[in-house]
Amino acid sequence: MRFLALIAFWIFTATALLAEDVVLGMSSDQVSINTNFDGSEILIFGAIKREEPIPSGKPIEVIVTVSGPSEPVTVRRKEKKLGIWVNTDAVEVDEAPSFYAIATSTLLGLSLRDTEDLRHRISIPRAIRSVGAPMNIENAAAFTEALIRIKKATDQYQLVEGAVKVDEQTLFRTAVQLPAALTEGNYKTRIFLTRDGEVISNHETSIYVRKVGLERWLYRLSRDNALLYGLMSLAIAIAAGWGASAVFSIFRR
Amino acid sequence: MQIYLPIAEVSVNAFLLLGLGGLVGVLSGMFGVGGGFLMTPLLFFIGIPPAVAVATEANQIVASSFSGVLAHFKRKTVDLRMGTVLLIGGLIGAGLGVYVFNILKAMGQVDLLVKLCYVLFLGIIGGLMFFESLNAIRNTKKGKPPPRKKHNWIHGLPFKMRFRTSGLYISVIPPVLVGISVGVLAAIMGVGGGFIMVPAMIYLLGMPTKVVVGTSLFQIIFVTAFTTMLHATTNYTVDVMLAVLLLVGGVIGAQVGTRIGVKMKAEQLRILLAIMVLAVCGKLALDLLLQPAELYSLGAAGH
Repeated sequence: MRFLALIAFWIFTATALLAEDVVLGMSSDQVSINTNFDGSEILIFGAIKREEPIPSGKPIEVIVTVSGPSEPVTVRRKEKKLGIWVNTDAVEVDEAPSFYAIATSTLLGLSLRDTEDLRHRISIPRAIRSVGAPMNIENAAAFTEALIRIKKATDQYQLVEGAVKVDEQTLFRTAVQLPAALTEGNYKTRIFLTRDGEVISNHETSIYVRKVGLERWLYRLSRDNALLYGLMSLAIAIAAGWGASAVFSIFRR
Repeated sequence: MQIYLPIAEVSVNAFLLLGLGGLVGVLSGMFGVGGGFLMTPLLFFIGIPPAVAVATEANQIVASSFSGVLAHFKRKTVDLRMGTVLLIGGLIGAGLGVYVFNILKAMGQVDLLVKLCYVLFLGIIGGLMFFESLNAIRNTKKGKPPPRKKHNWIHGLPFKMRFRTSGLYISVIPPVLVGISVGVLAAIMGVGGGFIMVPAMIYLLGMPTKVVVGTSLFQIIFVTAFTTMLHATTNYTVDVMLAVLLLVGGVIGAQVGTRIGVKMKAEQLRILLAIMVLAVCGKLALDLLLQPAELYSLGAAGH
């Protein structure tokens, strides 16, 4: 309750400064990965709070981003050497989110100016940080493009234009699909309100993705007590092998 | 039914894994190979991260080999003495192999080396076995007696030992060397090494095919158990959930496979194994020769 009160207070004080602000709701701020986890859908909805009438001119646009924990990634390129395809060049991308989804109310190019994109790092290429490729590699941009292409193919990166529905310039809602191959962590969720390509307000919160139950127990054991985990794996293997053999010999008789 | 794997961090179909385990288990029981050289590429294909696939596969081989070896113990087709000698070599080799693997990893290109190793060894072994067993089948059809065992240089070495189950009286040097070289390759290629061990035992050591399978399985249990522990404690890449699904299918398959194997003729068994080995070799060779659809690949940084 205190948390909600804090949010309410924050919204109240913030609206004193901003003409239009976000009041956010989510279907869930927690995703539990259990044994039969097969992806998840998060509904993100809310209202735009105003003290004044709706300003005339261009309509308000909403951009929603959800990004997973970032990690450095090595991108390798294959080349034909002596008749066979081998990895030759490699570029290290300093920070790439494990998951990144953008939902917009209209085309991203229309709802966001490049300078604003640069400042808030909203579009997929901007969300990835690559400080620079080694000097000997030409066309380093192709490596980041390849990273995006590969991640998009597995739905790890998504850009869904027009997925945010805005009613009466006040209510908005969208759904973000989280794929089955999800890693643990805090998924930063951002909502941007834009008008004429300028960000007029933004709001940030987190979705907590956690392994639970057996998944959590096994994962912790494998990290905290690797020796025991290894022995347990072997014991299961031996027991299963012996069990199958015993069961089959009963059938033979 | 989808199931989320805690270490691999992907969600896969449980029945697909059971099926894969069963299929590879049958082959394992029939031929005395762990099946790792087939299963590991299959796991890559369904989207398991390579490091997890290699480590978990080792754990699964422990189960299917153990199940298989019990069946062979009942038939008394395990040469424990030969198995132990090979195992001593195998553990030394595995240690050496891990050392070599780390040196190559520091130099880069370890993937390429592993693939080239596969193509080279699978090609040579598969080819040799194929033609040898083809000749053997032709000879039996013509009614010619199989050629008598010749005495070669192997019989001139010191430290002779009697291997009663195999009906051999040879020096321990060749089995130890076979064990070491298989151990090195097993560690580098991430497999149990049965597909190299089986032909080496038949052609280099002259062991009877029926004994070879059980003995190979016996030795593989220990080498893969060692590898599993190594992976679990250093890389944290053994996924026990994945292993359980694979091995439930695998142990049942291994029992079925062993029974099929006993009913078949040695030459037929060998020619089938040869065809399978050549097929995997051909697939890997094509991967290296043809232009891949995606030239770029992603990996965790720091390798």
